[in-house]
Amino acid sequence: MAVIQAKYDAAETLIAARSQPEGAAWAVEARKGAQARLREMGAPHRRDEYWKYTNPASLIAADTPRADNFETSETRPFEMLDRLRLVFIDGVFDPKQSDPLALEGVEIEPLSTALNADIHWASSVYGVLEANGQKPVARPLAALNTAQAVQGFAIRVTGKAARVISLIYLRSSETADAMVHNVIKLEEGADLTLTENGPVAARANMVLEVEVARRAAFHHIRAQGRDHQRQAATHMFARLNTESSFKSFTLTVNGKLTRNEAVIEFTGDDAHATVAGACGGDGDFLHDDTVFITHDAVNCESRQVFKKVLRNGATGVFQGKILVQPGAQKTDGYQLSKALLLDDDSNFLAKPELEIYADDVACSHGSTCGEIDENSLFYLTSRGIPFACAQDMLTLAFLNEAIEEIEDPVIAGDIRDRLAAWMERRTG
Amino acid sequence: MLSIKNLQVSLEEEDKQILKGVDLEIGAGEVHAIMGPNGSGKSTMSYVLSGKNGYVVTGGSATLNGVDLLDMEPDARATAGLFLAFQYPVEIPGVGNMTFLRTAVNAQRKARGEAELTAGEFLKEVRAKAKTLKIDAEMLKRPVNVGFSGGEKKRNEILQMAMLSPKMCILDETDSGLDVDAMKLVAEGVNALRSEGRSFLVITHYQRLLDHIKPDVVHIMSNGQIIKSGGPELALEVENNGYADILAEVA
Repeated sequence: MAVIQAKYDAAETLIAARSQPEGAAWAVEARKGAQARLREMGAPHRRDEYWKYTNPASLIAADTPRADNFETSETRPFEMLDRLRLVFIDGVFDPKQSDPLALEGVEIEPLSTALNADIHWASSVYGVLEANGQKPVARPLAALNTAQAVQGFAIRVTGKAARVISLIYLRSSETADAMVHNVIKLEEGADLTLTENGPVAARANMVLEVEVARRAAFHHIRAQGRDHQRQAATHMFARLNTESSFKSFTLTVNGKLTRNEAVIEFTGDDAHATVAGACGGDGDFLHDDTVFITHDAVNCESRQVFKKVLRNGATGVFQGKILVQPGAQKTDGYQLSKALLLDDDSNFLAKPELEIYADDVACSHGSTCGEIDENSLFYLTSRGIPFACAQDMLTLAFLNEAIEEIEDPVIAGDIRDRLAAWMERRTG
Repeated sequence: MLSIKNLQVSLEEEDKQILKGVDLEIGAGEVHAIMGPNGSGKSTMSYVLSGKNGYVVTGGSATLNGVDLLDMEPDARATAGLFLAFQYPVEIPGVGNMTFLRTAVNAQRKARGEAELTAGEFLKEVRAKAKTLKIDAEMLKRPVNVGFSGGEKKRNEILQMAMLSPKMCILDETDSGLDVDAMKLVAEGVNALRSEGRSFLVITHYQRLLDHIKPDVVHIMSNGQIIKSGGPELALEVENNGYADILAEVA
């Protein structure tokens, strides 16, 4: 009883911490609805089933835990792409550092503008996908985000986007608490690649809602910032229509606490979704991938491919679920989650789940954790490759299975190089 | 070249002695063969010399040109000039064969204080050597040994040997799992590498390989010791009569 009361009290504290933004009538309604959802479900608590591996206390603490800014001379990810750059500082859009909001095949509005206008498509997505994604598993931080976020973009894609859109999240303050909500609609046949990179803020609450219409394709590549003490709770909600495609990959190295949730629903037949991630953790590091994929249409394919390398007491968490609704025949669900533990101090906690109510489906899951293969290591070192280098080669080879989910070879190469550099910095 | 004196080795995990005092001297440019019944310690010796975990040296020594091998990590042994062609080459998904070869070649060059090969130089050399071993570009591109046939794996071992130019090569049952043509191809690859400054230790069960790779000396190993040494005719004797006579003779 005490736990439940604490959840409600914490929800009230979160609601009171920020004023509810003004906006168009529909937006005010959407926010009120989100606030009501949060009140009803309460704030996340470590006693909740879906938070038992990851303590949410620091994600909802009144004072933002401080995080040093990470200095590096290296180029940022995705700089080689032909792209439209949208830069945020501490989670606040900075037009001066950004490109003009104009791109062929795309309409881009700052979220605050979109929520002040009567934009029909935005009202059918903003907070709607998030609300759908609250059952059967509560995602209170996403509801909080819908209720309060004023930063982010509303992006409508009507054709093939002429360039990649890059959301670049830089930091300046050591204590900023960011809340960003991006909402994207891909109309029939549209195609967009969205990249996100950077730490966002000392603490960040991120929501991305993506509606993918018939035959549209959404590609998403994310590189979460390397700042060691940063914390982030991210939610990605996607609704996939007939023959649409959704592919998302996330690279995470460093960060004290990262909880990445992906909630995907197939509502049209013959669609495809991939959610993949490669992560490297060293020391005071917890990375949590929580995925929920609902097949509610015929002949859809979903792939979850997560690889984690953990050392010096780092912790990896995977909670992945495939739910196949009655009638969702010919579903092909694939779920792979593997961790490579480079020492005895590191941990991997995995909870793969399948819940199937159709009889003509193929669902597989594999979740393992292990160490580097001794025989492979001996083979490489017996050829003169030093131990540390051989270990890095095998580690990269292990992560490669997730990186291969990235379609664009240039981006995949960039991700590979970054992981190699991350390992090299550790082993010298 | 390789000097092994009274080498005694036990398993790390159980109290079991495998090598019970092996003595072996291989001079520069020589080819020695070791034959012997299953479980006599032949493969263990190759692993111990190249530094595999799981064994404890309880006595004796092994040096390569005067340098103590047993005190070094596996990569340092390789850099010092030792090469083991594996009986069962390891499959490594996710690591490209070319990347592996180039990393190995350059790691050794770097450790010896030599300039690393550029991508172009390396490619030229590997292509030429692969061609003589009938290894095509596709095989070079694939992950290390993944999906290779038995013959391809063994040829890949010889390619590594050719690229790394070791001084002392140990071939651990390189003929196992090979058909007659593949064995010939592998043997030709080995013969092409024979030189005054390079020695070979060929571990095999069958005399046939020694028709192709002609040894200077043949040793018979049994129960963790070398019990008899002789010329190539010793291998023929084993082929014709088995080990029973030799074992009886020594006992």
